[in-house]
Amino acid sequence: MFDVGRSSFIFLTKMTSELFVQYLLAGITYGSIYAIVAIGFNIIYNTTGIINFAQGEFVMFGGMIAITLLQFMPLPLAIILAVILTMIIGAGIEICFIRWLKAPSVLRLVIITIGISILSREVAVHVWGESIRSLPYFVGNEITSISILGARISPQVLWVVAASGLMFICLGIFFKTTSVGREMRACASNRKAATLCGINTENMVTLSFVLSAGMGALAGCMMSPITYSQYDMGTGLAIKGFTVAILGGLGSSGGAVAAGLLLGVIEAFSVSVVPLAFQDAIAIAILLIILFIRPQGLFGSKEASALKEF
Amino acid sequence: MKKLASKFLMAVAAMSLFAAPAMAETIKVGAILAATGPASFLGGPEARTLEMLVEEVNAKGGINGNKIELIIKDSAASPEKAISFAKQLIEEDKVLAIIGPSTSGETMKIKNICEQAKTPLLSCGAAEVIVNPVASYVFKTPQKDSYAVKKIYMEMNKLGIKKIAVLAGNTGFGKAGKGQLLKIAPEFGIEIVEVEVYDKKSNDLSAVVAKIKANKEVQAVINWSIVPAQAIVPKNMRQAGWDVPLFQSHGFGNIKYVEAAGAAAEGIIFPAGRLLIADTLSADNPQKELLMAYIKNYEAKFKEPASTFGGHAYDAFTILMAAIEVAGNDRDKVRSAIENMKGFPGTGGVFTFSAEDHNGLDIDAFQMMIVKDGKFVAYEK
Amino acid sequence: MKKLLLILPLLACVIAIQVVCSSTDTLYYLTQMTMSAYYSLLIIGLCVLMGYAGQISLGHAGFFAIGGYISAGLTTHSLIPFKDNALVQFLDSSGLLLAGQTLYGEELLVVSPGLACAVAIIAAAVIAVFIGIPVLKLKGHYLAMATLGFGIIIYRVVLAVEYFGEADGISEVPAFPLFAGLSVSGSFGDRVSNYYIAWGILLLGLILLLNLIDSRVGRGLRGIHGSEEAADAMGVHTARFKLQTFVLSAVFAAVAGVFLTHYNGGIGPSEAGVMKSVRYVAIVAVGGMANLWGALLMGVVLNFLSLRGVFGSYDDAVFGLILIVIMLFAPNGILSISFRHRLMQLFGKGKQKRDGEA
Repeated sequence: MFDVGRSSFIFLTKMTSELFVQYLLAGITYGSIYAIVAIGFNIIYNTTGIINFAQGEFVMFGGMIAITLLQFMPLPLAIILAVILTMIIGAGIEICFIRWLKAPSVLRLVIITIGISILSREVAVHVWGESIRSLPYFVGNEITSISILGARISPQVLWVVAASGLMFICLGIFFKTTSVGREMRACASNRKAATLCGINTENMVTLSFVLSAGMGALAGCMMSPITYSQYDMGTGLAIKGFTVAILGGLGSSGGAVAAGLLLGVIEAFSVSVVPLAFQDAIAIAILLIILFIRPQGLFGSKEASALKEF
Repeated sequence: MKKLASKFLMAVAAMSLFAAPAMAETIKVGAILAATGPASFLGGPEARTLEMLVEEVNAKGGINGNKIELIIKDSAASPEKAISFAKQLIEEDKVLAIIGPSTSGETMKIKNICEQAKTPLLSCGAAEVIVNPVASYVFKTPQKDSYAVKKIYMEMNKLGIKKIAVLAGNTGFGKAGKGQLLKIAPEFGIEIVEVEVYDKKSNDLSAVVAKIKANKEVQAVINWSIVPAQAIVPKNMRQAGWDVPLFQSHGFGNIKYVEAAGAAAEGIIFPAGRLLIADTLSADNPQKELLMAYIKNYEAKFKEPASTFGGHAYDAFTILMAAIEVAGNDRDKVRSAIENMKGFPGTGGVFTFSAEDHNGLDIDAFQMMIVKDGKFVAYEK
Repeated sequence: MKKLLLILPLLACVIAIQVVCSSTDTLYYLTQMTMSAYYSLLIIGLCVLMGYAGQISLGHAGFFAIGGYISAGLTTHSLIPFKDNALVQFLDSSGLLLAGQTLYGEELLVVSPGLACAVAIIAAAVIAVFIGIPVLKLKGHYLAMATLGFGIIIYRVVLAVEYFGEADGISEVPAFPLFAGLSVSGSFGDRVSNYYIAWGILLLGLILLLNLIDSRVGRGLRGIHGSEEAADAMGVHTARFKLQTFVLSAVFAAVAGVFLTHYNGGIGPSEAGVMKSVRYVAIVAVGGMANLWGALLMGVVLNFLSLRGVFGSYDDAVFGLILIVIMLFAPNGILSISFRHRLMQLFGKGKQKRDGEA
């Protein structure tokens, strides 16, 4: 099965510059998808310390709702409305399942969000069925591609890259300059102190779910033409997103983008050495190794992860 | 008053007991299908097809006046559930026969159980190992993958294609197809220079497409899979500006996959049952009438396009009903009735079973097709 | 010791179920009871790890799969092509290989189930040690992610390696002869004996764990759950205790995997899936994290219902719902005192109390 020796020989001799760029672009495609999911993880983690295992389901809801709405309205409107609706779902989930728990343990929250993820998936399969759907390409169609340094790539990838970049910048501005953003950061670093300062921490937590759901939904719309949308797409994305969030250092959006791209590029290049069937196993193995030697993540520092600062 | 009523009831009960042998009985049929879970794209249409058919049969008064009771169990593609359900259906519900499971892996787990319990099993799994070696109670309705492979290779010979790449999905269908492709290639003088297996939940396959594309020897690609992710391959190939011929398997027989691949699906060549081109068949084709009826009823009832996957369950059910019609409610007689069935038209082809052949379809069950303007059309060269 | 006496009523229940099923001609219930017993074996092992040592594992289906797949692979794949290999010849001459024929008359030479079982369990234990040492240093989300990652790797490997049958898994796994004519097999004739084999193993496992949690190790473990730093300061070898429990629970999972695979006559990749691991955690949570009896009860009941297809197409949904409801309203399990208290409040007694408060 493994034919590493021969393959790596080919890898060294046959890697033309065109192929190199093509792998790189494929890696950026995967990476920006992972990063965009990981950023959603981080928003909730920052204000609550919860890893929301249902994050992938926000992505799924975003895509599925937009596809349904597309029958009644133009694409941009459908996406905006889908993001808003998913934000409402996010708020609903937080209010129903998280808000009224008193000092829940991490284990309890992990299990609750896993439960929410399973339930969301079941709701989706009974609403939309098991078949795949997708949004149309924003520009061109399935065979349109643009050429970069001799390699070719779908323009939709640029949309995903641009969206994750934009999200990263907007979040930075939001958390640094607006008063709500600053209040959320206050919650993140010290919940008790924030409460004493008159900040309604419960509302901040709800807000973080709303934001995170919106990010997920937008990601779901952006990637739908590339990856398709299906009721059970969430789990796989959540695992990859979670991997990236941890690799980048939990809570750090910049780290998430960097780690996402890194993991994506590693996955893309791994194809040239190891059979594709082992790609996921390799990605996870990298994660485990990093967890063992640098638990705070590649780009996170110990102090920062202790402070949970954005 | 009460006493009188109870006496009356007793009398009725006694009468019905007396009349029982002459009266219609209910024939129980079990089905184990992956209606949810990772193989729901197969099990879903199959379960819906069976529900529809059993309603139709019972509305017409059943088989020889006997109502059919269908017990559908959702295995979610887990073998351990399929095993538990098979035992349950056989002993507890005492079903006459079992339709399903949807996947080859599950079928192989319950093959021996059904054989031991002498209960006919009509599998919707694709792999050839289900009926080779033949187990006397186990049948399958999907066409043999080796025939699909030969059809594709014959076409390649005509086109002068010698060196190919194979991409397969990591499901039982992909695994079985990959095995047959590798095994049969030398017979047709074809060399497989690249083999890769992709995950059923893949998001994007541009890296592996780039890898194969870099091998300049590759003259054509075979994408053998039954999962929705197979629609990603044509997209990534065309986006990479690579326009070698793309062949797919009979697992592509669902118009939704064409819609998903959009413009990239144009020109994909693949073998499949005639269900997909039913409207273009000539009127004297034995399959034409039943195909049109199935498609019309299914699409009216469930508001989704009919696929060859649901067709596998359709064939299993109609074959079983035809066998019950001649053999009655008896497992052994039904088994031999199926084995002796000749020239029975179904959605997958015209079935002719024998003691050695428990699939009953020959290579002509497949028709080469091509995607043109987002539709399936017969491929003539 | 007192706790161990509780085994007797349980044993009586086990026998009563068989007697009732035999006399009412409903023996078929024992099929799912047997399967549930094996899953429950994994679950009580996981319960000690989660409830007593306080370590979550989202990868226990991986250990189950290691046990089941290795045993299935060794007892199914013929060694005829390697007949001339020195190791194969040595094993053959020591009587550890079985020669036979397939159902269809093909020559067959496979590893005997006893040896395969031993190899599978040792492999699971060794992997658990290697994984456990670094993983158990992690806490909270990192621990959850690392164990989840381990489970995914195992799933990917069985799905990608030809020896393990890829997507189809391994079929036609032979029976496992134990002693005195008993053998682990799914044939209809062996049902009663297999029911007792499964429950016998489960009860043995339970006794072992009950002893463990009452011993010094058990007290140490509970200390870890309460506060790892405090336990450390008190001289408890926290790292070693955690690792021992992790390996023990992995062995329980592997044993369950081996026996269930022989009972079912096969195994598929779904047994290694993430959803399976989540399901085991759910059942432990429902039974009450630090409650072996609760975990056992829930393990048997929920698996029994699920395997009988009671939940139909809503199988996963039911588990998701149970998970949320229990974690929201009874985080200590449905047998916990606080939950019983709350239930009593709901039905009648609550009214008086509220009056009293007012």
